[in-house]
Amino acid sequence: MPNQDFLRRLPESDQTLRRRDRLQQRVHLDFWLLLLLLTITVGGLFVLYSASDQSVATVKRQGVYFIIAYIAMIFVAQVPVHFMRRLAPWAYVVAVGLLVLVIFHGVGAKGAQRWLSLGGFRFQPSELMKLAMPIAIAAYLGQRHLPPAFKHIFWTLVFVFVPVVLIVKQPDLGTSILVAASGLMVLFYAGISWRYIFAAVLAALLSLWPLWQFVLHDYQKRRVLTLLNPEADRLGAGWNIIQSKTAIGSGGVPGKGWLQGTQSHLDFLPEGHTDFIIAVLAEEFGLIGVLVLLGLYMLVVARGLMIALRAQESFGRLLAASITLTFFVYVFVNIGMVSGLLPVVGVPLPLVSQGGTSLVTLLAGFGILMAIATEPRKVIR
Amino acid sequence: MSEARHFKDHHREAKIFVARAIFTALAIVLLTGMLLVRFYSLQVTHHQDYVTQSDRNRVHVLPISPTRGLIYDRNGELLAENRASYTLSIVHERVEDLGQTLDTLGDLVDISANDIEKFNDQLRQKRRPFDPVPLRYNLNEEEIAHLAVNEYRLDGVEVHAQLVRNYTHGELYAHTLGYVGRISEKELAGFDEDTYQKYSGTHSIGKIGLEREYESMLLGDVGYQNVETNARGRVLRVLDSRDPKPGQDLVLHMDTEVQREAHAALDGRRGAVVAIDVATGGVIAAVSAPSFDANLFVTGISFKDYRLLNQSRDLPLFNRFLQGQYPPGSTIKPVVGMAGLHHNVITPQDTIYDPGYYRLGNDKRLYRDWKRRGHGTKVDLLQAIAESCDTYFYDLGHNLGIDDLHSFGSQFGLGDKSGIDIPSERRGLWPSRAWKRGARGLAWYPGDTLNVSIGQGDVLATPLQLAVMTATLASRGRHFRPQLVASIGGQEVAPTLVEQVEVAPEHWETILNAMHEVVHGLHGTAKSINRGADYEMAGKTGTAQVVAIAQGEEYDSEALSERNRDHALFVGYAPFEQPQIAVAVILENAESSSSAAQISRRVFDVWLNRENN
Repeated sequence: MPNQDFLRRLPESDQTLRRRDRLQQRVHLDFWLLLLLLTITVGGLFVLYSASDQSVATVKRQGVYFIIAYIAMIFVAQVPVHFMRRLAPWAYVVAVGLLVLVIFHGVGAKGAQRWLSLGGFRFQPSELMKLAMPIAIAAYLGQRHLPPAFKHIFWTLVFVFVPVVLIVKQPDLGTSILVAASGLMVLFYAGISWRYIFAAVLAALLSLWPLWQFVLHDYQKRRVLTLLNPEADRLGAGWNIIQSKTAIGSGGVPGKGWLQGTQSHLDFLPEGHTDFIIAVLAEEFGLIGVLVLLGLYMLVVARGLMIALRAQESFGRLLAASITLTFFVYVFVNIGMVSGLLPVVGVPLPLVSQGGTSLVTLLAGFGILMAIATEPRKVIR
Repeated sequence: MSEARHFKDHHREAKIFVARAIFTALAIVLLTGMLLVRFYSLQVTHHQDYVTQSDRNRVHVLPISPTRGLIYDRNGELLAENRASYTLSIVHERVEDLGQTLDTLGDLVDISANDIEKFNDQLRQKRRPFDPVPLRYNLNEEEIAHLAVNEYRLDGVEVHAQLVRNYTHGELYAHTLGYVGRISEKELAGFDEDTYQKYSGTHSIGKIGLEREYESMLLGDVGYQNVETNARGRVLRVLDSRDPKPGQDLVLHMDTEVQREAHAALDGRRGAVVAIDVATGGVIAAVSAPSFDANLFVTGISFKDYRLLNQSRDLPLFNRFLQGQYPPGSTIKPVVGMAGLHHNVITPQDTIYDPGYYRLGNDKRLYRDWKRRGHGTKVDLLQAIAESCDTYFYDLGHNLGIDDLHSFGSQFGLGDKSGIDIPSERRGLWPSRAWKRGARGLAWYPGDTLNVSIGQGDVLATPLQLAVMTATLASRGRHFRPQLVASIGGQEVAPTLVEQVEVAPEHWETILNAMHEVVHGLHGTAKSINRGADYEMAGKTGTAQVVAIAQGEEYDSEALSERNRDHALFVGYAPFEQPQIAVAVILENAESSSSAAQISRRVFDVWLNRENN
């Protein structure tokens, strides 16, 4: 590191560190966060079991994904934070490169081209970007004077814009929102002036019309229109929303009971095991189940913000906050769309929805949080 | 760059960050609050609405159609049954692309343009959502297998066994049983809510004949199943159900053996035979020939078949015994004779001179006898009936007058619907002064009475009416309503006496003896049929003009085209002493009434020989 002079390692024998903290430091894990994540994932498996029509195979497969994802998390947590920072530009460049490659050699399904095929193994570069983006932006801005100067804001926006456009083009609106959020969140925490934020919001509002006209695909437009009036197309695009609202609403406060949800078990609810899984939870466990899950998510977010606040450097701070907030965006967008507040954009419910890749990136993100949380103390002179 | 780092103000950066973190924390709380409000609204405020919607999603009421009542003849032979038939139906609501599905189905099973047209017709009709609409009936096993294998790509397509009406003697009973057919749009439009309910799950309804008349009894009561279905409409479990109540069975007075014999005796010629049980009015046989196969109509007749039937010159769809109105000719002479006796216009001993014609006063017009040279100088009532002397009845009618003749004949059912238990009966025509004034705006002329007296002129009667008239004669005045159904659901239907014709016993004796003479007398017009009979009969022949013969012209059968020749009629009963069965026969354009009489003899034979053995 170039400025070692300004830092001094805290003596290992510092009496203020409690035993548990020492253990956490040594294994580079945050026990609070780990406990919360495990609670959500294990609880999620029960919901998935019901949502998948009691398919043991599905639950087993998801269990394997969890193990892989937790191993990835533990692995990432061991990586020194400064190493991440050094790696950041390369990770970003490689991720963008792969996204470009997707355009030419990607494979896909249902009209979307999102994957790269590597000898029978399918890989989704946009998932890599979910991590590469906040790391890169945090690394870039972390070295600057904060709040960032206009020049740095400009470049940051360019760094965010390029991969987001590539992902929108795939098209994958949900992921692009998350990637954009993870980059912009860094900018926000770096202290970008409110003036810029208001200006940007204004510009965004003004760009709605050209966005509608030239960028959005028909199916995306339909989703927005359907959100505004799901009754207009009951059996078509409105079906998902009507059925998920019916599932949630019919659950009531106590819910219909585990495995008793009629909407999900009789196949009325589409995508019940993936994006719409919270409708299954809401139907079977009611408002109580929803409150418990939201509470757990809030605790995760709170813990993430706490880690960010305690981080020793701008890089770690920005990165931790961005990952935490992106996680919240995940939660909010998913639950918002399933309950009919937001358009359906294809964002899974983090830690609960079925799916491997997104789970690995998600938990790897928490690995980064843990790495930051357990970074060896450095003292600023 | 590295220079800048030296001036990084870590303290200030941290302060900004804390401010932003607090801001985001507040934003998170706010957004989460929005979610909670949303879930509260869905799960608490509108909970009941969504419960209702969820139940409506999954619970469906499936009607279970009742089994239609069976129809038996008097000997317990099954005439109308329900046969399991595999039907291919489509639930339109569950089909994404109907055209595509129809194409796919067309590759798997044989579907004609006619099937599709009828299917589309039914689609346009008012119906319950998720009701399967039948497309093809009578799938064979191979077709069922094809469909089963391809089930996965045929969402909304169902194959199910359905009970379909089957007539064991399709042609023999077509005009009496009638047939059921698919419920038409017009019929559906006429349904009130109750009826609509009753027909849920039922696709057919009685169209004509007994099937129509007894529809409400044959139908039965619909049952239902409350079922839970998944989004694709597959039934997962039955929540509760009520069994349907099958329709009531009908037992007819009809006798298949007699019916078959009458049908065979007509032998494809145009005509009709009606046989009535003298004691009850029960209809033993009722044939209209040519006939058609009623089974063609059950699942919808093809346009080709229908055109064939509808455009045939022989009118197979026309119910001759019920709707065919023919001049009864001489067959009504016994009734006219009885009227004369009853009103004291004649006595059995009175005779007339028959020169072969009758002249009304000084009128130039001659009313001809069918026999050019007449029946002799001393024709009495017995001879007049036995030989069917027209001149005698001209004179009788003239002396009697139309008013008494009309009211007397009416007692035998002439000119009025017999009241038989099948719809669409015609009433024939038994003329009166009032009728002529009303229908023609003309006064009654004495000449009209002469024509009526020999069953010509404006007189029209259906074969059924003639059979009723004959049965009333045979039973000495007991005029029963003709009845096809003997019992409904095991409950016997009592005979209905329309009226008792009050005439002095000796008059019955005279007339019935004269009718006996027709068959057994030396000069009887139907004496050809008494050969080899071990019982005695009574009857009366008749011929009915199809075209009027101008004054002074001769009836020349050679010159007339086949369809303009006279109709041959015969009415009669047997046995003479203890009358059991009365018959009326008409053979269109057959000229010789003895051929009609021959058919009666065959009917008597079958009935009486079996009864006696």
